Amino acid sequence: MRARLARRALSCACLAAMAAPALAQQVDTQRLDYGLVARALAPQVWVVEGANADFSPANGCNIINTAFIATGQGVLVINTGPSRLYGEQLRALIARTTTEPVAQVVHLNLHPDYFLGNQAFADVPRLATESTRAGIQAEAASYETNLYRLCGDWMKGTETLHPDKTFDAAARHGRWRVGTREFEWWALQGHTASDLVLLDRVSGVAFVGGLVFADRIPTTPHADVPAWLASLEQLRKIGLKTVVPSHGPVHAGDRGLEQTQRYLQWLDSSFSAWAEQGLEMNEALRAAVPAEFQAWAAFDTEYLRNLVHLYPRYELRALGPARP
Amino acid sequence: MKHLREPRPALRLRRRVLQTALGCLALPFVPALAWADEFEGDPLKSFAWPGMRREFLGRDARVTWDDRRVVVEGPRFAEDPMNVPISVRVDAALGPVQEILVLVDRNPIRKVLSYEPQQALPRIAFRFRLEQGSPVRAAVRTADGRWHVGSAFVASTGGGCTVSGVTRADGSWSRTLGEVSGRMFTPTQDATRLRVRVMHPMDTGLVAGIPAFYLSRLSLRDGQDRELARLASFEPVSENPVFSFDFAQPPEGGVFIVGNDNNGNRIRSRLQ
Repeated sequence: MRARLARRALSCACLAAMAAPALAQQVDTQRLDYGLVARALAPQVWVVEGANADFSPANGCNIINTAFIATGQGVLVINTGPSRLYGEQLRALIARTTTEPVAQVVHLNLHPDYFLGNQAFADVPRLATESTRAGIQAEAASYETNLYRLCGDWMKGTETLHPDKTFDAAARHGRWRVGTREFEWWALQGHTASDLVLLDRVSGVAFVGGLVFADRIPTTPHADVPAWLASLEQLRKIGLKTVVPSHGPVHAGDRGLEQTQRYLQWLDSSFSAWAEQGLEMNEALRAAVPAEFQAWAAFDTEYLRNLVHLYPRYELRALGPARP
Repeated sequence: MKHLREPRPALRLRRRVLQTALGCLALPFVPALAWADEFEGDPLKSFAWPGMRREFLGRDARVTWDDRRVVVEGPRFAEDPMNVPISVRVDAALGPVQEILVLVDRNPIRKVLSYEPQQALPRIAFRFRLEQGSPVRAAVRTADGRWHVGSAFVASTGGGCTVSGVTRADGSWSRTLGEVSGRMFTPTQDATRLRVRVMHPMDTGLVAGIPAFYLSRLSLRDGQDRELARLASFEPVSENPVFSFDFAQPPEGGVFIVGNDNNGNRIRSRLQ
């Protein structure tokens, strides 16, 4: 009886927490403590929420939502955070939260805060798709240097420990059994060359990685906008319930998906129109942006990055083919 | 805008006294004397400026700082230090412009390009490689020989000049060398814009074992082969550079672009 009450209280707490904005984690920059907190989204499913902001030493460069699930036969960790310290603190948090040992790690894409905490998970298999593994091989060195520059001491002792097992995504969609739990997965693309999405079938919690951004400007260093939009259409058909994006708050339904879609569609049509009009990059950078997008987290830095990454492609299309 | 160094209070006071005194006299030789500070009046207070002024503008160059009429625009920070977009616009109030010289204080190679607009409007946009956070200058020479200088500061985490470009790294540059794509646009009511991309690796010479190899001269010509504008470009200009040139009227009989790189490879293409 008491257990049932406790469970009901827990699920109420979860709903309330989902409706409310995520609680800020107490970052201690002196002690280099991320203050990680595990928030239960469903029985045995926890999210560890980062700041909805850009990388900065003040937030420890912790801007990612990682997650872990106790499967009955060990914990599955989804993404390991931006640094060795994060990985260690995440591992300690998992040990405080559940009695199950960590069984394996999965990386949803190749970006640095999805895998730079891996040193704390050296003893378990670390999975990623073939494309993501190849991407990490190519980019890891520049990620390390860049994050050291951006984040300073938080990165102490961080070195890439590569994923060591391939998540076979050749079928593009399938089911994956881990312990007593079953996940449905989709191998999509567009945010990066390989974006893995996991849906926990029992709880209905979806881990959508970098395909969905909520209340935050999407990041685009490896983006292919048309492919991304096609992936979002595919995600919409799934009928998302509880959504854990890598960046921005956990939310219900298609809210984040629709935000990301609106933003990418606006980007695509505006960049295309500006390039056809002959705007050079500084003019494009200063052109009006809808108020909705300006209000999202990281607008000041991320929109500039979006434009620098993507506008040259639209320019080239407008300039036409090269001739000798 | 980041100040490279705050002036000392005493210095600031001294300058104010000097400026006031000179302002009262209003003598024609004011500029030479007005720079009683070690930055020669540079609003960004860069230690590199006095040396750059001597080297690129001349020992006796007369300089007016004028961010209002020489507008230099760039991003706040260089997300891609290999491709930092810069645009320069000179106000018509300055009168005919002989040359627009773009210089970057903290680059290992400071001279980026020199543009002689001739029949074109005194505006140019391009992308360049930035080695570290730096002031970017456009020095505009008017018919009286005076230089009018505008600046912008671009922050960067660094590394633009000492890394190979994409086509150098993958070896594909040799298949597309000298190819040109371009088109006329009408970005605003009052201007016709030529945007042109020339395929070139633009090697800075600062990557070990790869000598400097860059587009050095481009001339825009109309259908009667009359020169419309002339550009001298240097190592820091980005790989496969995209330039924007503005005209008050669409040039007669189309536009040709001719030029060469520092190895003597020629470029010749009809654009419109």
